[in-house]
Amino acid sequence: MESTIVSSENFNAYFGDNHVVKDVNIKIKRNEVIAVMGPSGCGKTTYLRCINRMHELIPGATSKGLMKLDDQDVYKMNAIYVRYKIGMVFQRPNPFPNLSIYENVIAGYLLNGLKISKADKDVIVEKSLTSAALWKEVKDSLHKKGTFLSGGQQQRLCIARAIAMEPELILFDEPTSALDPISTSSVETLFHELKANYTLIIVTHNMQQAARVSDKTAFFYLGELVEFDDTKTMFTNPKDQRTQNYITGRFS
Amino acid sequence: MTQLENEISALKKEIVNMWILVQSQLNKAREAMIKFDKDLAREVLVKEKRVNSFELKIDRDVENIFALYCPVAIDLRFLLAALKINTNLERIGDIASGIAKYVVDSAVNYDTAALESTSLLRMYDEAVNILIDTRTAFENEDTVLARSIFKRDDVLDAINDNAPITVAEVIKADITSINEALFILSIIRKLERVGDQSKNIAEEIIFYVEAKILKHSASQKGKKENE
Repeated sequence: MESTIVSSENFNAYFGDNHVVKDVNIKIKRNEVIAVMGPSGCGKTTYLRCINRMHELIPGATSKGLMKLDDQDVYKMNAIYVRYKIGMVFQRPNPFPNLSIYENVIAGYLLNGLKISKADKDVIVEKSLTSAALWKEVKDSLHKKGTFLSGGQQQRLCIARAIAMEPELILFDEPTSALDPISTSSVETLFHELKANYTLIIVTHNMQQAARVSDKTAFFYLGELVEFDDTKTMFTNPKDQRTQNYITGRFS
Repeated sequence: MTQLENEISALKKEIVNMWILVQSQLNKAREAMIKFDKDLAREVLVKEKRVNSFELKIDRDVENIFALYCPVAIDLRFLLAALKINTNLERIGDIASGIAKYVVDSAVNYDTAALESTSLLRMYDEAVNILIDTRTAFENEDTVLARSIFKRDDVLDAINDNAPITVAEVIKADITSINEALFILSIIRKLERVGDQSKNIAEEIIFYVEAKILKHSASQKGKKENE
């Protein structure tokens, strides 16, 4: 349970000449919840998108250094396979509007042309929605459109969609910034439950959320990983003055 | 400055004001004891209510800052320390009013020679000086000065440890002074507590500035660091 799932060694990312992630070295252990925080433009989302190779989809975007998943170089693996292993949930809930709740959950299989039996689909849908703490709320309306749900439910549906592919790691890019406090709370509760089976990396602007949900926190500033430590230590006794200035709101 | 910084700055000023009041209470109780001034002693007893009001106000302010600003890091440590310093100062205020009450309750003046032979006056001055220096350490976030308090508390402890002998000698010299001698012994015990409270405050200052915990066994380490 203590093994490293993701590690970066001297990892750099660029948009053309713009050096946005600088020499990041980090080791993330399995079944941990990691919060990534920092001011806008610090490179935290870019770093997240480098983990599942979404960064390279942007024209002019490049990277250098080593990014490993389970000790294998992510950039030498098949990109599609990487995204099977690494799920991602975005800032705004984005269920497929033309698909039902049921179809949304198994969208990963449908869109990749993976053939599975109806019985297996039923199992995957129920298991994924249960893991995303949504099953009880939607079990009687599985064939309604995903967009019929509330914002918080839609985000949990997106989490169920990510879980359905049985990834090892799930990336969250500001997953609750478009949600109200009650929906935020239900998603945060879900993080604690998902931790038993998955490793979660969550980019968040909400420092209290980072403090509430994560085991470890990484603080990025101007593309550098300034500090990476236990969340409790980070929020009571940060080692770097820049971290202290940021979390206490004294950043200029 | 952020609003949280403003709130913390205002709270710090409030604590310093309480500190000055408590220090004044201790000084007035001393003067009342030496001059056997019962009016001054009664003033200390009345002003004890102001110390208590300060304590309640500071507790409430800390609670509000926690609720409204969700402080972290040095701000969080400052507020945790502020709560404990507040309690310690209020207890020192209680000690000052306890000493004043002895003066009010005493039938006769304390004998100057007895105050000298038991080292009570020396102990009193040192206790007040320690309290002043902890305030300076708090205001300036001076952890070197805060650490020096651990060593200086030893002086108060030594006088307190020796008190049964020195007070017994006062009684032996004049058996009719037994009530007065017991008051002196009680005041020495109270002043020893002032030293302990100041030491607790010094530990809180170090915790808030350096995030180091010195209480219990670690405080001894802090003492050794100064030796």
